[in-house]
Amino acid sequence: MKRKITFILNGSEVSIETDPALRAVDVLRQDLGLTGTKEGCGEGECGACSVLVDDTVKLSCLMTAAQLEGKKIVTIEGIARRQELHPVQQSFIEYGAVQCGFCTPGMVIAAVGLLTANPAPTREEVRDAIGGNICRCTGYQKIVDAVEDAARKMREGHSGG
Amino acid sequence: MGRVYLPATLETVFEILSREPSARLFAGGTDLLVRSSAVRRNEGSLVCLERVEGLSGISESDGAVRIGACTTHGELMAGGLITERFPILREAVRHIGAPAVRNMGTIGGNICTASPAGDSLPALYVLDAEVELHSAKGQRRMPLGRFISGPGLTALEPGEVLAAVWIDKDQGFNFHHFEKVGQRKAMAISVASMAFAAHLDGAGSVVRARCALGSVAPKVFTSQALDAFFAGKPLNEETLGAAAALVREGVSPISDVRASEEYRRTVAGNLLMRLEGARAAVR
Repeated sequence: MKRKITFILNGSEVSIETDPALRAVDVLRQDLGLTGTKEGCGEGECGACSVLVDDTVKLSCLMTAAQLEGKKIVTIEGIARRQELHPVQQSFIEYGAVQCGFCTPGMVIAAVGLLTANPAPTREEVRDAIGGNICRCTGYQKIVDAVEDAARKMREGHSGG
Repeated sequence: MGRVYLPATLETVFEILSREPSARLFAGGTDLLVRSSAVRRNEGSLVCLERVEGLSGISESDGAVRIGACTTHGELMAGGLITERFPILREAVRHIGAPAVRNMGTIGGNICTASPAGDSLPALYVLDAEVELHSAKGQRRMPLGRFISGPGLTALEPGEVLAAVWIDKDQGFNFHHFEKVGQRKAMAISVASMAFAAHLDGAGSVVRARCALGSVAPKVFTSQALDAFFAGKPLNEETLGAAAALVREGVSPISDVRASEEYRRTVAGNLLMRLEGARAAVR
């Protein structure tokens, strides 16, 4: 039942033999060992498994492995540029937007997705962008602060770190 | 675990369905794939429609707009044509899930799932949308109101695929309002929702109105008597109070984990009362 699936993962082409009916999150975590992408609810409610598919934020728990074929996938492991953190990651650290850390990969992906499409979001737009990402620690304010700060940094051309 | 097909043409979809009639169609997966790999192991094949030619995108032809069934809610919100022509549809779709869900879920999926709580549906009813259905035998069109017959029930025949939604360009409305009551802003399944559109004359009286409510009946609630009631009246407390009474009489909500029958009935009427404020806000 296995099938060869080829896609671009964090900038490099990968080809894997896997069951196309598996969920994308299982392929990323188990077949490819990229455990930065988290599985929270497995029902599309919590956002922890968010990844970028052709630069658009999607939920890897609601995608089959088959749908990865030919796509450009970016996981949290592909957000930093080599050793340099992405401005969103840097701002999360500076603003104390990470507590237990479980929601953080999904939050960062949601924020990067927002800022790619909208470099100057309002606070309300930031809140809407992370509306599907559940955090049980921070109370969200520091996350929103961090995303606003990252937007500023990116507009001013800071690379982050 | 069953197979997953990723066909590129409708012809291939029809071939798969004739070979495996039990195979299930999906596009965004936000309803069908809400279950673990372990559960799905025992289920049949899946056909993903996301790459089927002709099922995506928004196009204009004389007098009408065609929205491909696999157009995502996110694409609908971004589409200038929708914002310009059918702002009530954009407003309704904005209330679905959160960005990631809107980047996956599709208008065709929202229709075929036929949930009483489907957030795009009341707006599509108000806009008198039609569905375009394809099968190996050919294609047919029918009004959305006839296509959905109850919770999860549609007129889709075996081997048939929803290909697109058609909406007449000239709706003639100059006022619209969509409102959803849920347990929170994002990711909420509607407790009750209302789409309302009207042509108001210079004095603010209704020339023609269409009203549809979600989550308060087995399918979207519409009423010709209600629509007719608004004619010639301003959207003031007196008109809306009487309309709210008609709505509370007409709806047939259920009690579930999200709300009780009584609550839904009360809120359905209350949503009508919001129209006065909505009207004042745009005047």
